[in-house]
Amino acid sequence: MDWTHFFMSWIDPQLLMLVALGTFAGIYVGAIPGLSVTMAVSILISFTFSWEMFDALSLMIGIYMGGVYGGSRTAILLNIPGAPSAIATALDGYPLAKKGLAGEAIGLSTTMSALGGLVGIVVLGIGAPAVSEFALRFQPRDYLLLAILGILLVGSLSGESLVKGIFAGALGLTIGCVGLDPLTAQERFTFGQIELWGGISFIAVMIGLFGVSEALMQLQHVDTAAVKQVIRRIVPEWRSVVKYLPLSLQSSAIGVIIGALPGTGGDIAALMAYDQAKRVTKNPETPFGEGAKEGLIAPEAANNAAVGGAFVPMLTLGIPGDAVTAIIIGAMFIHGLNPGPMLMIERPEMFWFILGALVLATFFMLVFGLTGIRLFVKIVELPRAVLFPLILLLSIVGAFAVNNSIIDVYFMLGFGVLGYFMKMYGYQVGPVILGVILSRLIDDNWRRAIISEQESLPRLFHGIFTSPLSAVLMIAVILVFVSNTPLWAWGKRRLSRGRS
Amino acid sequence: MHDPARRLPGEGVFSLLLTGISLFLFYQATQISGFEALSAPGSFPLFSTGCMVITAALVALRTLRLPHSEEHGWQAILPGFVIFMTVLMLFYALALKPVGFLPTSFVFLLIATKVMMRTSIARAALIAALSLILVYVVFRLVFSVLMPEGIVPERELISAMRRLLSGGAE
Repeated sequence: MDWTHFFMSWIDPQLLMLVALGTFAGIYVGAIPGLSVTMAVSILISFTFSWEMFDALSLMIGIYMGGVYGGSRTAILLNIPGAPSAIATALDGYPLAKKGLAGEAIGLSTTMSALGGLVGIVVLGIGAPAVSEFALRFQPRDYLLLAILGILLVGSLSGESLVKGIFAGALGLTIGCVGLDPLTAQERFTFGQIELWGGISFIAVMIGLFGVSEALMQLQHVDTAAVKQVIRRIVPEWRSVVKYLPLSLQSSAIGVIIGALPGTGGDIAALMAYDQAKRVTKNPETPFGEGAKEGLIAPEAANNAAVGGAFVPMLTLGIPGDAVTAIIIGAMFIHGLNPGPMLMIERPEMFWFILGALVLATFFMLVFGLTGIRLFVKIVELPRAVLFPLILLLSIVGAFAVNNSIIDVYFMLGFGVLGYFMKMYGYQVGPVILGVILSRLIDDNWRRAIISEQESLPRLFHGIFTSPLSAVLMIAVILVFVSNTPLWAWGKRRLSRGRS
Repeated sequence: MHDPARRLPGEGVFSLLLTGISLFLFYQATQISGFEALSAPGSFPLFSTGCMVITAALVALRTLRLPHSEEHGWQAILPGFVIFMTVLMLFYALALKPVGFLPTSFVFLLIATKVMMRTSIARAALIAALSLILVYVVFRLVFSVLMPEGIVPERELISAMRRLLSGGAE
């Protein structure tokens, strides 16, 4: 009876508490500008790797769900999105707060985030088993193409340039190669150092790139004073919830689809849902950008719906939907689990457990979101000069705790500094971590694919273009690549000029 | 802050550095198994480092052609706090194992808080102590994360405290 695991986190007091704690912490982590969910989960993974899998997952799922929502709070109150997924929320949320409607805006965003989250979970529950069954037909070349597509998508959608995105992804793939080759035990990039035989701890890479680099970036604003806020009623009126329900469901659908694409997450989903809301709302009570409630609801429903969506490729194909699911995949690897189609067959209880924990986290998000506003205001006012040394300390402790190795701390510091300069000069760090996680999958499937085609590249390409699934994936890879080249932009300009 | 149409201070050097590292890694990849077979252990590293070389070179060429940004100086790229905290973290990492988690972390938090908050040493020490107690209770006692003891006999102190709390029953 695997489905009974759905209720496991609901009835086990320890798991229930961990989901609640995670969601609570996630809301505050997401709300404090400069702290991100990826930062929190990457630091947390190092402290929970020795836990039971269910305990660790409960905490991480709570943080993920709460963090995606939490970013909206400061977007509404301070016009500073606490997380990238709340960038679109600030566009209309802050004007609402300026009109004295901060409480109502928070209430609406909380309710719609919960609704979006539930839609995402329902789609995950229905869609994942079907995708997983379909994925059993995947050939190694399909996995190869899918992983490349994921890296290209995250590289092209989240950064200023695809070239920089590809560089970051390739860097991640190379980092993932360090150590002994899993098939032949030949040394790769070890430089004769025995310490590198096991590879570079991906937790050290993650904490460095997401935790340390972000904290260093935020040190630039260490003198920024916290803004004091006054908020009263935040439980929304039932009338408003019913009125905006259709838009919320529509935005949730966008969120799930975008979230389910490998490499894309809540930030892109929220921006696309905001754009869609602008197009479908013919006569908003207040114009968009000046405090339209539609402009608040659409991104909030979409970014939480993307959470459920992001779990679909992660659980069924072993390909992360976004940076946080990339980290969660890493956690699952550490606990001896292998996300992918076989997970649903070999460990179906994990799937049901994750589904149940996500529902529980959504419930807690609603409860914590509509209460405790005074505590929230106090925590957000915490001076950065206190907060960031603490985060850096936790990063070092976290990197050390995994293997009790000081080498991991040096790697973490190195990647922290590298990540800082990468961010400073317009490179995205998301593709690096996606590359590290997908390196083994791509390497294995490349070798399987090419061996099955007797080491012949023409035969491999023949196989790709004669299989409908492989052909679709290949075309998608080519399209994503070409659509980011100057040639594509030139063609589009010519086409629009020809039309006019 | 990054404007794709302007070159920030150090951006050219950084892009050249990445190209150099990529070339070095590509050379290392050729040494793994050469070009013996497409499924050889070195083939995938060759692909990934090859992508790094091409893209890093493209970025470097593009970056070096850009005009300098006049809005931002070195201060914007590497503020004093960033250099200070990076060096402080390095010292913290070096001292962590020999000196131990508790004293090293306290000194780290004390110095960081004192410098960044520009507050009195007593206030900084209080904040550092409170922060450290929070971290210690959550991570060492609740999460049971093992940290280097160094010069502090931590295990003996914990067991003495437990004995004290249980009224000396043990």
